[in-house]
Amino acid sequence: MLRFIARRFFAMILTLWVIATLTFLLMHAIPGSPFNNLNGKVLSDAAVRNLETHYHIDKPLPIQYLIYLKSIATFTYGPSIKQPSQTVNDLLGRGFPVSFELGMWSLAVAVVSGVVLGIFAALKHNGFIDYLAMTIAVLGISIPNFVLATLLIQEFAVNLRLLPAGTWQGFAYMIMPVVALATGPMAIIARLIRSSMLEVLTQDYIRTAQAKGLSPFLIVTKHALKNALLPVVTVLGTLAASILTGTFVIEKIFAIPGMGKYFVDSINSRDYPVIMGTTMFYSALLIFMLFLVDIAYGWLDPRIKMGKEGD
Amino acid sequence: MHRQSDKLLEVENLHVSFTTHGGEVHAVRGVSFDIRNGETFAVVGESGCGKSVTSLAVMGLIPKPHGKIIDGSIRFKGKELTTASPRALRKIQGVNMSMIFQDPMTALNPTLTIGSQLTEGIIHQKKGSRKDAYQKAIEMLQMVGLSNADQRMKQYPYQFSGGMRQRIVIAMALICEPDLIIADEPTTALDVTIQVQILELFDYIQKKTGVAMIMITHDLGVVAKCADRVAVMYAGKIVETGSKRDIFYHAKHPYTQALLNAIVRIDLPSDTLKPIEGAPPDLFAPPEGCAFCERCPFAMEVCQRVQPPTTAAGENHAVACWFLDKRADTIRHQVEIL
Repeated sequence: MLRFIARRFFAMILTLWVIATLTFLLMHAIPGSPFNNLNGKVLSDAAVRNLETHYHIDKPLPIQYLIYLKSIATFTYGPSIKQPSQTVNDLLGRGFPVSFELGMWSLAVAVVSGVVLGIFAALKHNGFIDYLAMTIAVLGISIPNFVLATLLIQEFAVNLRLLPAGTWQGFAYMIMPVVALATGPMAIIARLIRSSMLEVLTQDYIRTAQAKGLSPFLIVTKHALKNALLPVVTVLGTLAASILTGTFVIEKIFAIPGMGKYFVDSINSRDYPVIMGTTMFYSALLIFMLFLVDIAYGWLDPRIKMGKEGD
Repeated sequence: MHRQSDKLLEVENLHVSFTTHGGEVHAVRGVSFDIRNGETFAVVGESGCGKSVTSLAVMGLIPKPHGKIIDGSIRFKGKELTTASPRALRKIQGVNMSMIFQDPMTALNPTLTIGSQLTEGIIHQKKGSRKDAYQKAIEMLQMVGLSNADQRMKQYPYQFSGGMRQRIVIAMALICEPDLIIADEPTTALDVTIQVQILELFDYIQKKTGVAMIMITHDLGVVAKCADRVAVMYAGKIVETGSKRDIFYHAKHPYTQALLNAIVRIDLPSDTLKPIEGAPPDLFAPPEGCAFCERCPFAMEVCQRVQPPTTAAGENHAVACWFLDKRADTIRHQVEIL
């Protein structure tokens, strides 16, 4: 197990390095400089040169690359170019908790409701509940989250005046963004659980459990679910990624003060330190999620042994 | 061999059918038998003759909604099971009667420990404490011949060989101390050497616990080794029942005789196999008369048109064949073996 973690850690560092390099290259491939239009002011040539020296942008790219790697390794991304009074770490510290809250709630809602929906669909195979659940699932997959978000605002905030249309101030403010974000992943999970559950329920060991006279509830929760969850765990990593990136759009629609705003703005204004910080932070988070997924595999299926994949 | 003569299980005129895409399959067509306490009753027949379906029906495990018991009765200790509620059935399943399935490689849940699968019967069915269940499980594992039972409890099925898994399945079936065990081809998926060990284990368990057993098999060797009484099934019906001696030495039904003839004998100088020509009838459209008449070398005109009645041929020996009718010529005893 320890060897497995060590090996995975090394691979994670390597992945992060590749991401960092690609981000660096892409970042500098976009034409334009952060000082073209700084907060609406046109700067003199001398001022731009001074600023470029300050942020090391005047140096050749390989040197910039080394400075960049060093700042990543030491987690000191420095101040934002657009808002020099704040460091990238400040922005992350303020925006991330909000984004994280939104993302985790969405993921939790998606997994729980998806699993429940999928199980009921499988148990009532070809019945009314099955068709209802699968209709919901197809709708959920087909409607993009930003369309769903605007529809929700139109209906629940504008027409019915039940929920607040934006910002982030408590439970009522969370409902619509979470629903908008969770629906797509929920639909995917529901379909996966349904099909894997249908397969598991025909297995011999389910009949063995029935022959023991166990209740249907116990058979589903104890004997079938753990086996049926494996394919879901496989896609959980990718779903987490889509939820994390989905938050950027949803945050914009609901005016939520999360990371998404800084992330999108930083790219538009070539705010190099912020691009760097947010990209690395999200990459690290995602890689960590995938690591958790691998750990979950081992827990769900004892046949998958950690650290022995080479044997 | 009969320890007690009271009837544990009575199956009467059982009919089971399945709805499939191709139509309705009448898999079991009027099967009757009864099991006494402590005896081993073997059900023999070729694949698709309805022997497994019969055992599933007794266990209340006919897969719904495709399968259905359409007629007949199953009484366990006098209690009717065909009309019992699922809840009432569950009280009997695993507790009063339990089942051993054919393939030990797939009968155990791959993601749960052996211990968890062994103890759940006691915990959920008999409402025993976890500690008692654990003790009982260890006891059972030792009885079926697994060493290091304590350690084994924490292991997963993939860590065991096929023979060991079948022992675990047997331990699982025994843990609630049932009166009846239904073993559906318990040795078919195992190596020959392991088969003998498992059959000896059954023998040992029966001597120790006095449990009655229905042994479903297509292997006459298994029947010879462990059965008290035998039923031969063909196309969803029992064609002959009797004691082991009746079946092996005084087989009356042409099908039973043909089965015995088909046994490969390495101690006889014959170098040809004697298969039964033809194939069993299509149960989508069961034949009007005797199901075996197409393949029967002695078939008469009546066999094709009217189903033969079950006729007594001895104290416990009954045969469903027109030749047992007084009006028919007695057929020659065709089996030259044994």
